[in-house]
Amino acid sequence: MFKFFLRRLALIVPTLFGVSLVSFFFIRMLPGDPIVLLAGERGLTEERYQELLVRFGFDKPLWQQYLIYIGDLLRGDLGTSMVTRRSVLDEFLTLFPATLELTFCAIVIAIFIGVPAGIVAAVKRGTAADHTIMTTALVGFSMPIFWWGLLLIIVFSGTLGWTPVSGRISLMFFFDDVTGFMLVDSLLSGQKGAFASAVSHLVLPSIVLATIPLAVIARQTRSAMLEVLSEDYVRTARAKGLPPRRVIGLHALRNALIPVITVIGLSVGVMLAGAILTETIFAWPGVGKWIVDSIFRRDYQSVQGGLLLIAMIVMIVNLLVDVTYGLINPKIRHTG
Amino acid sequence: MLSKKLLLAPICALALMGTAAQAKTLIYCSEGSPEGFYPALYTAGTTFDATSKNVFNRLTEFERGTTTIVPGLAESWEVSEDGLEYTFNLRQGVKFHSTDYFTPTRDFNADDVLFTFERQWKEDHPYFSVSGGSYEYFNAMSMPDLLASIEKIDDYTVKFVLNRPEAPMIANLAMDFASIMSQEYADAMMEAGTPEQFDQQPVGTGPFQFVAYQLDSVIRYAAHPDYWAGRTPVDNLVFAITQDPSVRYQKLKAGECHVMPYPNPADLDAMRADPDVNLLEQEGLNVGYLAYNTQKEPFTDPAVRKALNMAINKQAIIDAVFQGAGSIARNPIPPTIWSYNEDTVDDPYDPEAAAAMLAEAGYPDGFSTDIWAMPVQRPYNPNARRMAELIQADWAAIGVEAEIVSFEWGEYLDRSKAGEHQTLLLGWTGDNGDPDNFLAVLLGCDAVGGSNRAQWCHEPFEEIILEAKQISDQDARAALYKQAQTIMKEQAPWATIAHSVVFKPVRPEVVDFRIDPLGGHIFYGVDLQE
Repeated sequence: MFKFFLRRLALIVPTLFGVSLVSFFFIRMLPGDPIVLLAGERGLTEERYQELLVRFGFDKPLWQQYLIYIGDLLRGDLGTSMVTRRSVLDEFLTLFPATLELTFCAIVIAIFIGVPAGIVAAVKRGTAADHTIMTTALVGFSMPIFWWGLLLIIVFSGTLGWTPVSGRISLMFFFDDVTGFMLVDSLLSGQKGAFASAVSHLVLPSIVLATIPLAVIARQTRSAMLEVLSEDYVRTARAKGLPPRRVIGLHALRNALIPVITVIGLSVGVMLAGAILTETIFAWPGVGKWIVDSIFRRDYQSVQGGLLLIAMIVMIVNLLVDVTYGLINPKIRHTG
Repeated sequence: MLSKKLLLAPICALALMGTAAQAKTLIYCSEGSPEGFYPALYTAGTTFDATSKNVFNRLTEFERGTTTIVPGLAESWEVSEDGLEYTFNLRQGVKFHSTDYFTPTRDFNADDVLFTFERQWKEDHPYFSVSGGSYEYFNAMSMPDLLASIEKIDDYTVKFVLNRPEAPMIANLAMDFASIMSQEYADAMMEAGTPEQFDQQPVGTGPFQFVAYQLDSVIRYAAHPDYWAGRTPVDNLVFAITQDPSVRYQKLKAGECHVMPYPNPADLDAMRADPDVNLLEQEGLNVGYLAYNTQKEPFTDPAVRKALNMAINKQAIIDAVFQGAGSIARNPIPPTIWSYNEDTVDDPYDPEAAAAMLAEAGYPDGFSTDIWAMPVQRPYNPNARRMAELIQADWAAIGVEAEIVSFEWGEYLDRSKAGEHQTLLLGWTGDNGDPDNFLAVLLGCDAVGGSNRAQWCHEPFEEIILEAKQISDQDARAALYKQAQTIMKEQAPWATIAHSVVFKPVRPEVVDFRIDPLGGHIFYGVDLQE
């Protein structure tokens, strides 16, 4: 197991190298010159342009720029944003907890609703319950997120007034970041009502972000369960006279969970990197929105650094998922 | 409604009720994150709102809600006979912000003025290369060529000496890049080895002082208690960064903010009918235009340009693209700017006459061309694609086949500067309310290959705007600019299309928020009704 872990860890290095290469060259292949964008509609003179080219190091051949970038990376320096002139790592670390918090809440919702819904659909296969669950899942899966988020805001915040429209906490509360996780910081602040405010702000964005993964998890759970339920050992267990709850919960579910966990792992990766729409609608200050803004501003350093960090995190999540397989199914542990 | 909120989302309602009872907090749902907090490094309005418009002052200021220049940190000024020397008498007793991170020990004086300009101007200045040191506005306003010297006569007198007379100088000094910084703060940060902090945590003399910025989320300010022009009525100002316009509207309705910029045009009707919203409106200090590349055939011929202008149905554009929220542009400058020529006659919409004129110019069967459409929304052109389609149809009626072209925004600006287009849609929002800021910047010979997208350099026009730049008597300048507008209309390097109408939705309890014709969002003097 430990060897398996180390081997997977070692694989991360070349992958990150690949990501750095791809992100470095792809962002430069996009049309649009960061210096021109920096100058805005006013434009700038050729002379001034050349001056800035040299200042930002864009006058050197691309391969040289890349080597300098890699050199900086090896020293742990992700560079400075061209736009905000602040350290890319600092900006990322400031924003990442917001994304992580939102992702965590969304995945909890997705798992706690998606898995039971999938089990019910599988066990009650062909019934009205199954059809309802699967149709709802299909709708959820095809939901245009931007529209869905706005709809929820209009209904629950605008019309009913149940939840706040956007942001992470009421502007009335003001305290320094300790962990960057609003749920934790609001408790630490000791201010009355802060935690409740943070929770109420999380409700809608979590639901919106959970929608698609929930649908995927429910469908995946259903099909994995159906497969397992027809296995011999399940039939044997039933024949032994075990109560259905035990058959489903212990014998079937545990084996059906493997593909479900894969889906959950992938969803977490996607959410960490791409809660872009949800973050934009709910003015949620996370990394997805930040990277998109950086792409639009052609802020090369932020895009490169951000993608690299996200790739690293996604790989770590995948590694954790693989480790979880082993915990659920000891057979996988041995082959590792 | 409020009782329901109290039950279900207690905090949100408490925030507003609480603020009314104790400290007054004005919340502005801003449209994006500021790039930083030192305005001279940037060109984006979003950044200026968060910095220069509310935190800093300048030597001269625009009177709130107008383009009229009034004294700011300079109480008065004299211009020498030859127009080369500007002597400013500085205001005394002006306090800088006293914050958690810096406590000033002295009042504003001439050293601060020198620091402000020398940082952007002199490459050997210790702060010149801090934070990347690119001062695009300072350069775009030609300050390095213009300035010969800035001298401190005494603690409260500063003399600017220019290389050539430049009448818009006073207006230039009211612009964001000329925001006055504290030299004492700069020195303290340099000594502490953290000069970058100077650009991230601002210290100014303005009506609001910076408290905190949570990245991409919230900016907090407090009223400057010792503001020289009098403390502003509210106690706190908060920018709640909210990118999506429809979400901003929902926040405004829910009372999560008091003022929002840039409403979604589709929401305007609902806003007008909404008791929770006052929809303020004003003609914007901008112009949307179609520029002909006058260096390319057949647009070298003014008759062709004129004929195409006459083929465009501008009213249809105002109705369809601006949904009524615009007015037809007769001149290249908006009516809110002094020297606007009321006598200009706009090209009449007359397809038959246009076709005849085109035939006479040697194109009886028309020709093929392109129309470049901006990929972004701007106040002066909320939907360039749609506008291009309308013009395309208008031109097709007189036999001119136009293909619509678009690029990513940076690419669009870049390629059009180089003159790759034949005709293009673009526009301009004024910086300083001076006619020179439109006519010279957009149509002057110096700007060819730059912001003069028509690539138009016309000697008689150029002579007039150069002359107007060199005299300081406003009436004489106005007469010259009126003449320049007439020439421009005759030569038709552009089809002047529209001036937008700017909308600002605010909550009913907001008192005395005025739309800034220069496009900023200024909260000094704004109050909340209890």
